[in-house]
Amino acid sequence: MPFRGGSLQTDLNRQHYDCRMESARPSYSSRSLPIDRQLQLRVVGRLRDILPQRAILFREEDTSPYECDGLTLYRQQPMVVAIPETIEQVADVLKLCHAEHVPVVPRGASTGLSGSALPHAAGVLLSMAKFNRVLNVDGYARTATVQPGVRNLAISEAAAPYGLYYAPDPSSQIACTIGGNVAENSGGVHCLKYGLTVHNVLRVRGLTMQGDPVEFGGGAQDAPGLDLLAVVIGSEGMLAVTTEVTVKLVPKPQLARCIMASFADVADAGQAVASVIAAGIIPAGLEMLDQAACRLVEPFANAGYDLNAAAVLLCESDGTPAEVEEEIARMIEVLQSARATSIKVSSSEADRLRFWAGRKNAFPAAGRAAPAYYCMDGTIPRKRLGEMLKAIQEMECKYGLSCPNVFHAGDGNLHPLILFDDADPESVARAEAFGAEILEHSVRMGGTVTGEHGVGVEKLDQMCSQFDRLTLDAFSGVKRAFDPAGLLNPGKVIPTLHRCAEYGRVRVHANEVRFPDLPRF
Amino acid sequence: MEPAIAALSEQIRSAAASRTALRIRAGGTKDFYGNAPLGMVLDPRPLQGIVAYEPTELVVSVRAGTPLAELEQELAAKSQMLAFEPPHFGSDATVGGCVASGLAGPRRTASGGVRDFVLGARLLNGRGESLSFGGTVMKNVAGYDVARLLAGSLGILGVLVEISLKVLPMPVAQSTLRFETSAATALRKLNEWGGRPLPLSASAWSDSMLTVRLSGATAAVRAARDDLGGELIDDEDAMEFWRSIREQTHQFFAGDTALWRMSVPSTAPMLTAGDQLIEWGGAQRWLRTLQPTQTVRECARRAGGHATLFRGGDRSQGVFAPLPPALAAIHERLKTEFDPAGIFNPDRMFAGL
Repeated sequence: MPFRGGSLQTDLNRQHYDCRMESARPSYSSRSLPIDRQLQLRVVGRLRDILPQRAILFREEDTSPYECDGLTLYRQQPMVVAIPETIEQVADVLKLCHAEHVPVVPRGASTGLSGSALPHAAGVLLSMAKFNRVLNVDGYARTATVQPGVRNLAISEAAAPYGLYYAPDPSSQIACTIGGNVAENSGGVHCLKYGLTVHNVLRVRGLTMQGDPVEFGGGAQDAPGLDLLAVVIGSEGMLAVTTEVTVKLVPKPQLARCIMASFADVADAGQAVASVIAAGIIPAGLEMLDQAACRLVEPFANAGYDLNAAAVLLCESDGTPAEVEEEIARMIEVLQSARATSIKVSSSEADRLRFWAGRKNAFPAAGRAAPAYYCMDGTIPRKRLGEMLKAIQEMECKYGLSCPNVFHAGDGNLHPLILFDDADPESVARAEAFGAEILEHSVRMGGTVTGEHGVGVEKLDQMCSQFDRLTLDAFSGVKRAFDPAGLLNPGKVIPTLHRCAEYGRVRVHANEVRFPDLPRF
Repeated sequence: MEPAIAALSEQIRSAAASRTALRIRAGGTKDFYGNAPLGMVLDPRPLQGIVAYEPTELVVSVRAGTPLAELEQELAAKSQMLAFEPPHFGSDATVGGCVASGLAGPRRTASGGVRDFVLGARLLNGRGESLSFGGTVMKNVAGYDVARLLAGSLGILGVLVEISLKVLPMPVAQSTLRFETSAATALRKLNEWGGRPLPLSASAWSDSMLTVRLSGATAAVRAARDDLGGELIDDEDAMEFWRSIREQTHQFFAGDTALWRMSVPSTAPMLTAGDQLIEWGGAQRWLRTLQPTQTVRECARRAGGHATLFRGGDRSQGVFAPLPPALAAIHERLKTEFDPAGIFNPDRMFAGL
């Protein structure tokens, strides 16, 4: 029997949930849903008509490296991994899967943090890794056209000889690819001033699930009809498979300088962020670390953070030397009147990079401090940062886990790092409940469950809190409009009605039971 | 549901039941834009007022029927602005019409278009149901970004109820410079300047004159002024000039000859002969011409863009460039999902949609 898209989803989720609760680290993969060998053989057989042998992986030892993305808590052995080398092959794989009713999960560098690229037990994992060429850099037009597997940083490197760069800079930019950035609408530390992926992409060429070529956006600043480009960006690989991306390049600022300001109270630091904005300044970067985060990263990065401060703000200005001088002076004035206890300004590029080293190494430092960490991604109105930090402190006590905080303070995007022991199922459960509570709190504060990491499979439950059923149904409608058969990356982003009903029931009791009863589904 | 929204919802449901076309129209300042409006008027102006505005959050949430001028006045009082500098085309322009038409003004190339500033939207769909997309925070990737999709959707997917927009501080300093130059030289200069870290916020070339606006920090504007040279335009004249470009009261736009909007890569060479006004660093070219639709469309297509019949002319072939089949199919299915009875602004974007 051919697999009907989506019907396995509930089972898939249950399997993951159970395995994470019951087992320690090494056994996650063995708990993933079993592969239907007959279906596998048939799909592999058909793929052999399209792809060379080296481009088809199906033995467990070959497919294991593909069982998760950057969110390693969720794992699933793919039925088949296809690694096409030409766009025609990608189209043929899609046509075949569409005809056979086999789900397809596109995958880039798999640095995503929400499980958007988690394989499907009855599907083909479509690796775009071979499409790694920069096709064209046009310095005069300030655009670059690249294949989806080109790394984010490689675009800026290719543009550097023209004095240009690609602005969005997610912290994984050394490894993450532009195809993944398009799927996730990736941000970075400079997006308050320079925008997200959606603000910096002109055109996405792709293939529909039926294998038909489509072009979203174009060479101009707009295209006729509905702005489908805006919805394809951030659609987590569910609407089309990206085959080519044209991005805008912007002139490299001549100079960047960074202020490091300490605060005795997190509320003061939060207020300082608001004051900077109120003064009409849009900093190139505006980041906050709380005391726990500073103490976590300092031994590792030697960034010179004030370890006695309750919070440290990094506030960057870029532009011409005259512009930077003017802006830094204004920022210092604002920060001083916002009760900063000490202010340092980078006096050289090395200095500036040192200030940032701590912030940029927060995740690896967390990885050293505990066996595992769980990075959350809620966004809240800036003015509620202080309040949120206080709430997280209370949750630390409640769940018995520590949680240093780093924020993209300029846009209210939180990255609490919950430290836990992934070899201890009880600790895993507490970390998960902790994370869920932070996200619920973000929604209650008028924010969102994900600022830049995506929903994937990780935040399906919290989508039920953030959106009502009608809006979730409208998302399903958008999905159907692009992919009527529902075969492209099914089961991500949009929770089923059933799932939300179950989650609602769990949530009601969440305050009474420390760990919601296990078989939730 | 509050009464004003419930009333609109009821109007939608009864129109859907009887398959009556609805023409979403507030001030009517953009009646000219798109294919001819059809159907019974649905007026969203009962939806009034700024719902939330916190200057330090850089976000404003506003009801769709609120006058655009009122919103801009509120923002200006806090030294903030809609950075996409939308045209009003009349004093009755509303925020809903501004977002639904998706038209941006002179600052487009420097700051972005309408969709770049839409953070969230509430919508009544073709079943009269209230949907809420996006939110009021800068970064939000929960669910598909339908709020941005609504910018420029010409009301074909539903009735905008409330919109949350990112706003930006007004620039501290501003200067306008003018150069006498041919179109070819202007295009070359604009593209070269675009590759340098200059605080360019607008450009317009017509009739052998290139006018550019610099906006930003005082020091940056002063330095760029010294760097670029040209004739410095008096501040008041400059403001009036940019308003005339944005509102199309500039003499270039006078008269009845068909007005085409060519959206092309900024580096495209000078297009077909005809009277032209070039904006957006070369990316938006206004063309007055009597040439047939096919010729104009083909010219824009070859340049890597598309052409819209903005005002006047022979509109029988539709004002927007037709879509390739794969995209047209997605449009049709999206339309059916949001508006199954096909009542909202039929044909306004494309015949049959």
